Amino acid sequence: MDRSPAESQADAPVRKRPSTSSILGWIGLAVLVLLIAFPLYWAIVASFTPEATLFREPSLWPRTIILDHYRALFTTRHFWVPIRNSIIVAGCTTIFCVVVGSLAAYALARLRFRGKGLILGFILAVSMFPQISIVSPLYLMLRALGLINTYPGLILPYLTFAMPLTVWLLVGYFRQLPPDLEEAALVDGASRWQSFVKVLLPLSVPGVATTAILTFIYSWNEFLFALSFTVGPDRQTVPVAIALFRGQYQVPWGEILAAAVVATVPVAAMVLIFQRRIVQGLTAGAVKG
Amino acid sequence: MSARNESDVRLARLLVSPATIVIALVAIFPLGWTVWESLHRHDLRLPWLGQPFVGLGNYARIIHDARFWGALGHTAVFTVVSVSLELVLGLIFALAMNRAFRGRGIVRVAVLVPWAIPTVVAALLWRFLFDSQAGIANALLLDVGIIDEPIVWFVHAATAWVPIILADVWKTTPFVALLLLAGLQNIDSALYEAAAVDGASAWRQLTRITIPLLKPAILLVLIFRTLDAFRVFDLIYVLTGGGPGTSTEPIALYAFNALLQNLQFGYGAAISVVIFLITFGLALVYIKGLGAGSATGVER
Repeated sequence: MDRSPAESQADAPVRKRPSTSSILGWIGLAVLVLLIAFPLYWAIVASFTPEATLFREPSLWPRTIILDHYRALFTTRHFWVPIRNSIIVAGCTTIFCVVVGSLAAYALARLRFRGKGLILGFILAVSMFPQISIVSPLYLMLRALGLINTYPGLILPYLTFAMPLTVWLLVGYFRQLPPDLEEAALVDGASRWQSFVKVLLPLSVPGVATTAILTFIYSWNEFLFALSFTVGPDRQTVPVAIALFRGQYQVPWGEILAAAVVATVPVAAMVLIFQRRIVQGLTAGAVKG
Repeated sequence: MSARNESDVRLARLLVSPATIVIALVAIFPLGWTVWESLHRHDLRLPWLGQPFVGLGNYARIIHDARFWGALGHTAVFTVVSVSLELVLGLIFALAMNRAFRGRGIVRVAVLVPWAIPTVVAALLWRFLFDSQAGIANALLLDVGIIDEPIVWFVHAATAWVPIILADVWKTTPFVALLLLAGLQNIDSALYEAAAVDGASAWRQLTRITIPLLKPAILLVLIFRTLDAFRVFDLIYVLTGGGPGTSTEPIALYAFNALLQNLQFGYGAAISVVIFLITFGLALVYIKGLGAGSATGVER
């Protein structure tokens, strides 16, 4: 169906193997898919179940389906506010990182200059930083700048993990492209900059897109910074809003799970559409490490 | 040609500087600031005290802080248990994924969804499964007959760890499997054919071919997962809040509480520096191991 040549190659010898092992493989995979899917399925069912019957005699099939939790989410809970915040913060972080990061990645992948190894090592080291070790100065910094509880107050801290990620992934992509085309452009009298913008960039649209998707997902899911640098519901992102959901008397599980489903839909949709690219991006970024 | 090289160098500096400056400003500079804070007493609740220099006073306090050592212990146990489980399960699933050839798309989506969903959401799903006495985890265990009465999972330290570990394994094993699968696909299948001709059993092939050749990928997974597990925050913040008491509090949550709950910025910074140093030490140890291992060549 949608198999890359590399995968088909890997498949080829598989067919020759004894069938017992492939049956075991199938069973293993079926178990894997079931184990992964069950908590998700259970949460989706619960998000459509009336609060009163949620914990009474749990059943694998929904008996009555209601939309109340989703309705409450968007009317009384104003859940569109954190969704808007998350889209703005993750979107701006992604755009900024991809633009600035691709410039740096091009130089690191293609140009010869001293200190290149040092810069790559530096970027890799920063990507391993535990977030908690810079929370306090970032808090003091943002407070001094009056940026607590603002969009820039989240986007700036997000650059700490998003920028190394984008640069690292894009260096990998740019290196994969054959240098011949660029060389040809240079011979024809184009400048380095022109050959980057006119030749390399159009070729690397898939790589840049994958990088953008991964950066967006990481930013969409971030929790510690968003929790530390926002106050109250105005600027809370989706993960923070869900984590801090409170009911008046008891845990409002129906609404929490409806919110969880809503928060998962965008990333799940990206996974569905771009699955192969995401896998390539993840493994390439890692295997090169 | 040298003119070209010279202009290349100038262009390279120009292109690299924005990203490098941004990273330096938002990551390196704050890290230095954390170190500076850690050498001072700085309590945001007591602003009139100022920020007196206390040398290594905050670090001396850490040594005698039972809650710190408890948190460090929780983090270490959590890291070892969850990373081992993820590695073993991930390897099994990677081997299965490497064999099956139809239905790859479904498996890939199934595997990617837990990786892609927010950790906060994953934690909430597992909290729901284990939450009330009538939650599905209790219902299943009662049905199977493993327990006679419902367990109140989040009231005891020992049982509160169960959903925490399960949630982490659920969320990250797929990622581990993907990385190991990439490693598996780089192993030359001729090796297996030769081994099969020589009559080597499947187990022997696994221990003599697969695992040795997979060593670089395994080390890589270990680096990623250990560093990640060591700074666990979101998952436990949502699942137990570190409770009951502080019995499931990891080191990052303790630092967070010291900083943003108790507003002890000097002391919290000292804890943060310790976390940073441990992470850095772990990374160095692993990178050394990886450097030794990568000679066998998973990299293309």
